[in-house]
Amino acid sequence: MGFFIKEALRSVQRNSVPSFAAMASILVTVLVLGIFIPITQATTGAANEVRDKVLVNVYLKSGSGQADRERVAALLREDTEYVGKVEFVSKEAAYREQKKDYPEYYSELLGSNPLPDTFRVTPDSPDNALKLRDALAPATASGQRATVDPAIDTVKNRKDDTSNILFITRVVKYAMALLAALLVLASVLLISNTIRLSLFARRREVEVMKLVGATDWFIRWPFVIEGVLLGALGGVLAVLVLTVGKVAFVDPLVSDFALLRAPETMQFGVLALVLLGASVGVSALGSGLSLRRFLKV
Amino acid sequence: MAIVERHAQARNRAAAPQDRAPAVVEFRGVSKQYDSGDRGLEQASFAIERGEFVFLVGQTGSGKSTIMRLLIKEHEPSAGTIKVAGRDITAITGKDVAHYRRNLGVVFQDFKLLPNRTVYDNVAYALQVTGHKRKEIRAKVSDILRLTGLSLKLHSYPDQLSGGEQQRVAVARAFVNHPPLLLADEPTGNLDPETSIGIMQLLYRINRTGTTVIVATHDNAMVDRMRRRVIEVNQGVVIRDEHGGGYSQQDENTSEFGLLMRGEPSPQPRRLSTPGDSFDDIFRD
Repeated sequence: MGFFIKEALRSVQRNSVPSFAAMASILVTVLVLGIFIPITQATTGAANEVRDKVLVNVYLKSGSGQADRERVAALLREDTEYVGKVEFVSKEAAYREQKKDYPEYYSELLGSNPLPDTFRVTPDSPDNALKLRDALAPATASGQRATVDPAIDTVKNRKDDTSNILFITRVVKYAMALLAALLVLASVLLISNTIRLSLFARRREVEVMKLVGATDWFIRWPFVIEGVLLGALGGVLAVLVLTVGKVAFVDPLVSDFALLRAPETMQFGVLALVLLGASVGVSALGSGLSLRRFLKV
Repeated sequence: MAIVERHAQARNRAAAPQDRAPAVVEFRGVSKQYDSGDRGLEQASFAIERGEFVFLVGQTGSGKSTIMRLLIKEHEPSAGTIKVAGRDITAITGKDVAHYRRNLGVVFQDFKLLPNRTVYDNVAYALQVTGHKRKEIRAKVSDILRLTGLSLKLHSYPDQLSGGEQQRVAVARAFVNHPPLLLADEPTGNLDPETSIGIMQLLYRINRTGTTVIVATHDNAMVDRMRRRVIEVNQGVVIRDEHGGGYSQQDENTSEFGLLMRGEPSPQPRRLSTPGDSFDDIFRD
């Protein structure tokens, strides 16, 4: 093993230019990935957050009493499809909530409460919000909506642009996934190409080694170790640059931009580990596999 | 002298066939057709005994290098069997190819040294692949470099050496394992006559330690001077197998050379009618 490590070090030293090129390409791709992964996650996280706000509000008629409330609650919890969570907001609770958000309007109401009792129903999945609404208030032939229970006044999605939200967030998620896949593909191709180039320069060397009677793995180990070394070096440098960038630019801005503190972004440490592992793995595998072509002597 | 000697050998073999060691190299009906359709070798049959020094001669493209490549298993024959030390090498596959090559010393026209290793490391590499201890390697490499006269060049890189010196390093690397068989493909092709003599001397000395040496060459002066066994190939066909022979069957006389110069068609190569008596002996039973 010591021999292989020494061989790997020697070849890094003797082929410093191609080695540097391989290392730099790893550094750059890891850097780009390191910036892009959190962005993807934050964006899809933000999209998910928006989707979670898709609610179906069931407003009760103003005169409904305790019995009506219990009947509707039972109907929602047990007899309706697509229901995820049901939350009851009484007139008073709704009034307090709204007053807190918009004090200037509510002071003008002089203590009267126009708000109805409401069931806030979260659908089991955001995509089912519209189906849930249709189940509770099926459209009639006249184009208006009838409710399934006499105590229910209207059934509304909070704002009626649920379908817009669903569409846009889905597009954002798919676009991000596609971009991420393309970027990963590009990095793998770039790294493997750089490695192949530096191996191509040394194919004669491999040929001679084979003729002297070296087994495939005897030739391959130094190359794999070299790949690990260069990958680790490139990865560490990239992570260092990322850390500096994070501390210098992102952290001061976190308090101002919601996107930056999106909860679904992975921890920086985990991200750094993943990037390091990927760079080492790709370059080691890349050099091991690219060598196969030259080993057929 | 050669005939008397060979006759004696044949008598001895016939007397005690079981004592007979298998030929070091044995081609039996070997053909090689390249993928491109070129014919490398056709129905070549010959046997080389232990300790022989054999010249493989012929024009470029005649099949000398094909024989060498088949022996180092860079190529596989299309037909026939090749035995080395009694073992069918076409049956060697995978990892065993590397182990088989460790029993060969190989020298090439273009030296094939590792460019970013010193002379010492180039020679040592052949031992490192076999997993020798560092102490052993140091001793063996020093010995062989002294034998080849390279003691002062230990730490030079190949591009700092002359062609002759590089070829000496290649020979040293080929012989450091003391392989039973040493193959040299045009070892003097890139060298001037003076240097060539030095390399041939080296190969001859190696041969005298008991190693079988096969040299492919078109250095006619060398072949004529050394008078060893000569196997001549032409267009993939073995046309001559002669002990103590010269480069060509007989010297061309002036009129023959004149014919050649005037562009008369050269005679078709004629297959060797008796493919070497030693060969027949081996397969008699």
